[in-house]
Amino acid sequence: MRIVRSWLEEFADLRRFSDDDLAAAITSLGLSVEATEMVGTPVDGVVVARVLRTERHADAAKVHRVWVDAGDGVERHVWCGAFNMHAGDLVPLATLGTKMPDGRDILKRGILGIDSEGMLCSGAELGVASDASGILILPANAKLGRNVFEALGMQRDIVFDLDVTRNRPDGTGHLGVARDVAAHFGVKFAPPKGDGAKPGGARKVPVKIVDERACARFNVTVMSGIVVGDSPDYLARRIIAAGMRPINNVVDASNLVMLETNQPNHAYDATKVASGFRIRLAKAGERLVTLDGVDRALDTADLLICDGNDRAIGMAGVMGGQDTEISSASTEIALETAWFAPDGIRLTSQRLALRTEASARFERGVDPHGVAHSVARFAAILRESCPKLVVHAGASDPKTKYLPKPATISLRVAQVNRVLGTALNVRQVSALLTRIGFECAPKKIAVKKRLLVADGAGLSVKVPSWRPDCTDEIDLVEEVARHVGYDLLGKQVSQSTQPGGLSLLQQRRRALRDVVLSFGASEAMPNPFLAPGDHERAGVGVGGRVLTLENPLVAEESVLRHSLRPGMLRAVSFNVAHRAAHILLFELGHVYPARDGVDTNAPRDLPDEHEQLCIMMVGADAATAINWWSEITAVFGVGAQVDQARVPAGYHATRSATLARGKQVVGYVGELDRLVLAAHGIEDRVACLEVNASVLLGETPKVPVAKPVSRFPSSDFDLAFAAPTRVTAGALQRALRQAIGALGEEVSLFDVFRKATGDDSRSLAFAVRLRASDRTLTETEVASTRAACIAAGVKLGCTLRS
Amino acid sequence: MAITGGLEPQIGQALAAATAALAKASDADALRRIANEHSGKQSSLVAIKASLGAMTDVEARKVAGRAVNEALQALDTLVAGRLVELERAAAGQAAANEAMDLTEHLVRRSRGHAHIVTQAWERLEDVFVGMGFKVAEGPEVETDFNNFTALNMPPNHPARSNFDTLFVKFGVPGSTLLRTHTSPVQIRVMQEWDLPIYAVMPGRVFRRDTPDATHMPVFHQIEGLVVDKGITFAHLAGTIEAFTKAFFGSDFTSRLRPSYFPFTEPSAEFDVRSANGKWVELGGCGMVHPNVLQAGGIDPEVYTGFAFGFGIDRMAKERHEVADLRDMYANDLRFMRQF
Repeated sequence: MRIVRSWLEEFADLRRFSDDDLAAAITSLGLSVEATEMVGTPVDGVVVARVLRTERHADAAKVHRVWVDAGDGVERHVWCGAFNMHAGDLVPLATLGTKMPDGRDILKRGILGIDSEGMLCSGAELGVASDASGILILPANAKLGRNVFEALGMQRDIVFDLDVTRNRPDGTGHLGVARDVAAHFGVKFAPPKGDGAKPGGARKVPVKIVDERACARFNVTVMSGIVVGDSPDYLARRIIAAGMRPINNVVDASNLVMLETNQPNHAYDATKVASGFRIRLAKAGERLVTLDGVDRALDTADLLICDGNDRAIGMAGVMGGQDTEISSASTEIALETAWFAPDGIRLTSQRLALRTEASARFERGVDPHGVAHSVARFAAILRESCPKLVVHAGASDPKTKYLPKPATISLRVAQVNRVLGTALNVRQVSALLTRIGFECAPKKIAVKKRLLVADGAGLSVKVPSWRPDCTDEIDLVEEVARHVGYDLLGKQVSQSTQPGGLSLLQQRRRALRDVVLSFGASEAMPNPFLAPGDHERAGVGVGGRVLTLENPLVAEESVLRHSLRPGMLRAVSFNVAHRAAHILLFELGHVYPARDGVDTNAPRDLPDEHEQLCIMMVGADAATAINWWSEITAVFGVGAQVDQARVPAGYHATRSATLARGKQVVGYVGELDRLVLAAHGIEDRVACLEVNASVLLGETPKVPVAKPVSRFPSSDFDLAFAAPTRVTAGALQRALRQAIGALGEEVSLFDVFRKATGDDSRSLAFAVRLRASDRTLTETEVASTRAACIAAGVKLGCTLRS
Repeated sequence: MAITGGLEPQIGQALAAATAALAKASDADALRRIANEHSGKQSSLVAIKASLGAMTDVEARKVAGRAVNEALQALDTLVAGRLVELERAAAGQAAANEAMDLTEHLVRRSRGHAHIVTQAWERLEDVFVGMGFKVAEGPEVETDFNNFTALNMPPNHPARSNFDTLFVKFGVPGSTLLRTHTSPVQIRVMQEWDLPIYAVMPGRVFRRDTPDATHMPVFHQIEGLVVDKGITFAHLAGTIEAFTKAFFGSDFTSRLRPSYFPFTEPSAEFDVRSANGKWVELGGCGMVHPNVLQAGGIDPEVYTGFAFGFGIDRMAKERHEVADLRDMYANDLRFMRQF
């Protein structure tokens, strides 16, 4: 919302405040000033020119040729990238040598070998309007060759560009902003008067509201004695500064009323709507050509304004139709001023992606009781250019039961103080609210015992009709806070009465990430949205169910991952393609598996979302992956069975294992399948570890209980077995442990030796350390243990190597 | 001189001979052998010492005895000193023989790099933990109820259109979505935790947004929630201020200005700035709306609370001066290894 300073000053005496003070005040009231612009600073060399003709050039798609007359008898040719002008229009021409406000110099520049003798300017380029989409079309009475700023009678002014939140309908009109700012500074606020002239004879246009919910009020006032022409310069300037375009005195009056009061309205040529108005929802298949020339298909939720013969003539609250526009010959108008339900306007405007000045205001909620004032202001403004204006009595003004009534809210002063931490009294609260139009009457309010502050003082507050957003006590508390000033509410550190900290799971997650980082792995964050088929290409969940998005941005991101593997493979593949060295990545993130047997009628049910860890290293083999797992189990004090008999889908057939605890699968470890890798453009081996991190992190490790360390010496021996391939090192180690029993302190594999490839056995050498807690072991004990070990190995089919 | 019975020159000669021999020793073993020759049982000095008993002149014997002992002692000192010298020389030689070029053995591979979002996330958590907050979490796939309805945005609430929501095909159509903010965790915390609540909720959030330099469809937020008896707007402002100083530095300050969120009232945007800097908008905050407390099972007439939230990605982006957010999610090792 562009708020013009001189316009604000018409309603509130703000002369003594600097632009910065004003901007700061407006921001502090919740109407965030995003930019402060100075408008109307003349640019030398920009003159009024008439468009003589335009022509497309076969080789230039984005620009066309325009010939203009700047009043000096010379026909000038310019290239122009905007197409909104027609022959006869007056436009601003920046002549050669002009220095534009953005620092550009206008030089003779050619396109396709044809020179451009200047540049046509948009309102934004001249700093007089925000519209940068087309060339600024000047009022038809501007004198050719005159400086555009003089021709427009531009005066320096300041425009505050506000970002108005959804809860502040009053912030989209100059009057509302002026009221708030005046209250803030404690200066007088003087709303303008409407048209005081006596109305003419009764002229009634029949109005029938068919859908009473969507349209709760529809005022049609007829005015005659109109001469369509230009608005007075100062009004045209205002419209330009506020970011709109002057059209003619009638349309301008309509826009000025909206920019001032926040109430959109629409002026029809009265002769074209003599049959009256019907306001109803669109029928299936109905269409309408709106003012912008677009033929629109309508939905049965769209509200239409129809003429008395039920022919659609406008989209209510969004955009009018073409047929009933006023023309330069119009002398009588029918002015529509209505209240439409905000939700309906919002849905239509969203569906059509058509957000207009009017729809934005109806969406927030306009003043349901501001119609008379708005009509009177329209007349007052139009009278400046039409002295013979007659406002006819007998306006149609049907209202339905759905027209909102101003709320009256009980406000406990204790509640204000409890939420804001203030010590305000009834008088102060009342004063703050009264200044912005809330009517306050003292009221004792029974205080519920559980409320902490036991003071019954309160107010009965009548909300002004222009603030439909205020419906509850807490809304009034916010109004009080705004006008006390957030800065003055103080800063006090709340003292947590509890120790802060990470949960055990969160601590373990950090530790896990730390361990994985120590492997040299860097943390990736791949997109959790996948394309259909990505899981299958990565070898996971082939044929399984996946969760998908109802409304993905693109089909390639329509599937929710149930495994980190596809995203990680993409990340690895990206780095392989960029020939990165030492590609070692990990991700610790959520996956969202689909679930079977979901009760689809339970609205709070959710998928089995959990955390996964995935580590991948290019050029490393399964030994690397199992060592990651071994390190993690050592740090986290949790283990799993490494089951090589269960080859995980998508993994190397003989170099992988499932990490399991009975039936529960905790993860997968090993090398990825060559075909899976090939599908991702990876030729090298890739070591991979995937773990269900929720299981790993969710466990509470046992606190180790101290055992005294033995004071007696250990007895050590090594055993090397020739073990057939079918006997795993793990199985042999378990057998040795079992044979040794309680005396065993350590049994560790320290050497593996293969004579040649293709040999069906290899040498596995174990170091054994025995120790008793209460004595030195005798030679006999050691010898018998050693013999038991050998026997255990032989039993598995191994032979002792000498 | 005569008193010593003429032994002095003999002692002197023996010492001089020993000294000369020792100087020639090239290693410790040779040194020990030579030392033994000159001060051992067979040495001339020991022989002189043995001959002293035969001297009758008590005074002369005393003097001669002292001279022999001094000579033997001098010899010991000499041997010990020489021994250290030789060992040093030997160690020096050994070291010279096994010289290493350490730059030749420098392995460049090192610890991996945590994602810069993770780094920012953990720094933020640490600051709030220090302020007495616990860390709460919730699922990324959420119910429409927790994401909107419980946060004072019932179906068809206009503010819902501020969030470009991605819905998940699961259960009743429209009931399940990817959370658009971390606020649903507030509802979970209020429903599940004991009061009072001092919690921050970092997490991943989702919007139906086309990626560009400043927007990603998947990004991260951190949100704070305090619910206790007697919590006021001043506590909100004070907590934001304390966080600002702890996280950005003691020369930073914060301000609140009115804004609108359906789940808080009064609502505010909070801005921060350094001593001489410009105000930079950081996030949103406010007093928890009574309807939200109620949805969380808390009596708004007894308890009050405040909440605040802001983006984590932007913290990382600005700290490391990353020009384009998409770079942070390209998983390019050349980019990741900088941090």
